[in-house]
Amino acid sequence: MQDIGRMGFSEAQGDLLESATAFCADVSPVARVRALMTDDLGHDPAVWRQIGELGWLAIAIPEAFGGLGLELGDVVPVVEQMGRRLLAGPYVSTTLAAQALIAGGTDAQRAEVLPQLAAGTPATLALMEGAADWDLEAITATVTAGAGNLTLAGTKILVENADAARWIIASVLHERQPALVLIDRVSVAETALRRETIIDETRRAFSLTLDGITVPASALLDPARAAATLAHLHLAANLLACAEMCGGTQAAIDDTLDYAKTRIQFGKPIGTYQGVKHPIVAAYVRYEQARSHLYSAAHCFNEQGTGEIAVRMAKAEADAAFSFAADRAIQFHGGFGFTYDCDAQLYRRRAIWHAAQGGDRAFHKKKLAELLF
Amino acid sequence: MTAPDPKDLAEYAADADAWFLANVNSDPGFMLPLTFMEVGTDRQFDFLREWQARVHAAGYLGAAWPKEYGGRGLHPDFQAAATAAMRKHNGPIMLNAIGLNWTGPLLLDIGTEDHKQRYLKRILSAEDIWCQGFSEPEHGSDLGNAQTRAVRDGEAYIVNGSKIWTTLGHYADYMILLCRTDPASTRKYDGLSFILTPMKIPGVTTTPIRKLTGEHGFTQTFFADARVPADGLMGKEGEGWKVAMRTLEYERGARGGQAGGYVQTPTNAWAVLDLARRMQRGGKPALDDPDIRSQMVDFILEIQSLELCRQRIAVPALNTDHPAGLPLSSKLMTTEFVRRINEFAITLTGGQGAYYAGDPNAVDYGFWTRAYLNAFSATIGGGTTQIQHNIVGEHVLGLPKG
Ligand SMILES: Cc1cc2nc3c(=O)[nH]c(=O)nc-3n(C[C@H](O)[C@H](O)[C@H](O)COP(=O)(O)OP(=O)(O)OC[C@H]3O[C@@H](n4cnc5c(N)ncnc54)[C@H](O)[C@@H]3O)c2cc1C
Repeated sequence: MQDIGRMGFSEAQGDLLESATAFCADVSPVARVRALMTDDLGHDPAVWRQIGELGWLAIAIPEAFGGLGLELGDVVPVVEQMGRRLLAGPYVSTTLAAQALIAGGTDAQRAEVLPQLAAGTPATLALMEGAADWDLEAITATVTAGAGNLTLAGTKILVENADAARWIIASVLHERQPALVLIDRVSVAETALRRETIIDETRRAFSLTLDGITVPASALLDPARAAATLAHLHLAANLLACAEMCGGTQAAIDDTLDYAKTRIQFGKPIGTYQGVKHPIVAAYVRYEQARSHLYSAAHCFNEQGTGEIAVRMAKAEADAAFSFAADRAIQFHGGFGFTYDCDAQLYRRRAIWHAAQGGDRAFHKKKLAELLF
Repeated sequence: MTAPDPKDLAEYAADADAWFLANVNSDPGFMLPLTFMEVGTDRQFDFLREWQARVHAAGYLGAAWPKEYGGRGLHPDFQAAATAAMRKHNGPIMLNAIGLNWTGPLLLDIGTEDHKQRYLKRILSAEDIWCQGFSEPEHGSDLGNAQTRAVRDGEAYIVNGSKIWTTLGHYADYMILLCRTDPASTRKYDGLSFILTPMKIPGVTTTPIRKLTGEHGFTQTFFADARVPADGLMGKEGEGWKVAMRTLEYERGARGGQAGGYVQTPTNAWAVLDLARRMQRGGKPALDDPDIRSQMVDFILEIQSLELCRQRIAVPALNTDHPAGLPLSSKLMTTEFVRRINEFAITLTGGQGAYYAGDPNAVDYGFWTRAYLNAFSATIGGGTTQIQHNIVGEHVLGLPKG
């Protein structure tokens, strides 16, 4: 029988979980979340600075590049608590950009950029294109070598935090093979970015027109490792998405519980009625299961084979759990649930965003069937 | 208790492994019960009683119970190792579930010295079989309303009334009995008492009840002026509800101290995967069918959820918001999973799903149909799924009682 993952929890994870729980609750009450939804930048630079000072951007970066030298799994409790408080900002996109460089960057790129990211310089990935395919190797954008530099062409979509990012790592075809290229935001004209209207209003995403952007020849990540790096990023992005989703699921259930205990109908709190109570319990059980998968995936992430299975399982479960909890959250708030003011919609929208990024339950189940059967 | 010496533990585990390898007989020529609630024939009963006695004598049951009560006085990790070896070699279930898992820990925690001396060793050796007298014909889920009457008369209680769905009632030597000692109490719960009751005494009779699987199993148990020794009272008179709730915590695994082993064969999603490979659809393995493939992944995901949640109970830092959440929801998660995966397994067998256990043409001797029907024993017994939802909603999530 195959090893499909197991529970594990490190001391570092324990410490980070404790501090992130307190910090995120403190800096990201829902009123603040809502205020930032209409803000242009979409996140609070002061909070971002604090996150940098806490060292959380350095967690999974090797010590040689100014990091703490821990694992990506150690980032999970931090992202989970950010998800629980809908904390906005480029934390995940920056962490993933660092992962791209760690897995596939040249020595020079790592030496130059990783210390910056560890210290809090925002960055992001530009991997998706018009067909919004979850296969990250389905690329049409290109890079062509010119006189001493490289010229880019094509369009990437759903690039998170592209305006805030100092560095953007984009997937392109290089001599017909998938490749990654490190773009300094300075070489991107403002007109190359269009802010997209996305379902999760706590985030910022942009389409990025690459046409006409030139970068130095040294901007290409190691071509020999490009395919492996894309595969790594797919799993890393899904792992951190699961963390955000589990945090969000918990919050959606907690909100629903508060309402079920206080809203009175027919002379009793609505949570008295089994038509309300039992589905909340079902959502809760699903949440606990998804969270168990999350920490199994975090623990096994670096294990060849098992890591992929555990992450795909975690994403499939997180999708089901978050979608169900947030869907019922809307329903059990009644007419108020249909309003913009009710927070249930924030969670439902976010669950849809996450299913659309990196693959939904059905997608990961198909991959699991190939891996397991 | 101090942590065990890893060398001792490894040695014990290796011995257990060798013992179960040499001694397990999982095919005695008749179908063995998957759970203790399923024991229906004398030869099943005799076989399992003898098996449990041998496991205990070899030192692999009750290893963590004190020596003076028939145990070995070892750290719980030793018993866990023995249980793992039992599982690895597909050992048949432990028969005396209500003694081993509920009554035993209860006696160890709150029993008198005399109770412990008298009962514990004979529970482990299966010399005394125990049953549970909680449910009544008119009061099942509403257990607190139990009306079987017990009236104090000198050194005894005179018991009248009837209990039902008594697992192993026909074979049992003792019962843990929940009965009403004070019918006038203002709160229904305060009139209840919890008494260790001999079954083989005048005034106690049992009538077998035929189960949905066709066999006889549990019984209805009648009390007609039965004189039950008063020294069997657990806690004080009127504290029966508290003791019964404690017993249910052992039963549902929310409280420890059980003797070890397992009392039901865990359903193995991988065995169902194997079935999906063996069965055919249109000349191809059923597993190639996209619908079946998709459902099969769902079940593998779910069994892994159960396993990971079980492991996560041991990580307190990941259980801070609802410390009792995972233990209290484990019955709900597990029993419903077992019911649904067995239902799925029947559909995998296609046209042969029409056979029942006993027909030579039945796939795997009709194992799957029988397993599905039996799965309801756990979704109903021990507090139904619906009641489990109430418990998790009210005791874990703090929702108001209905
Ligand atoms: C195989 C098996 C073995 C058993 N062994 C024993 C034993 O050894 N000793 C013993 O004492 N008992 C035993 N039981 C009995 C078991 O505990 C009861 O059957 C169970 O608690 C349900 O009680 P009931 O049968 O009276 O059903 P009822 O309580 O009448 O329930 C009928 C239906 O109504 C639902 N329901 C009831 N109340 C509520 C509520 N408040 N909210 C929502 N739904 C509700 C139930 O979920 C169920 O679906 C056994 C049962 C089975 C199936």
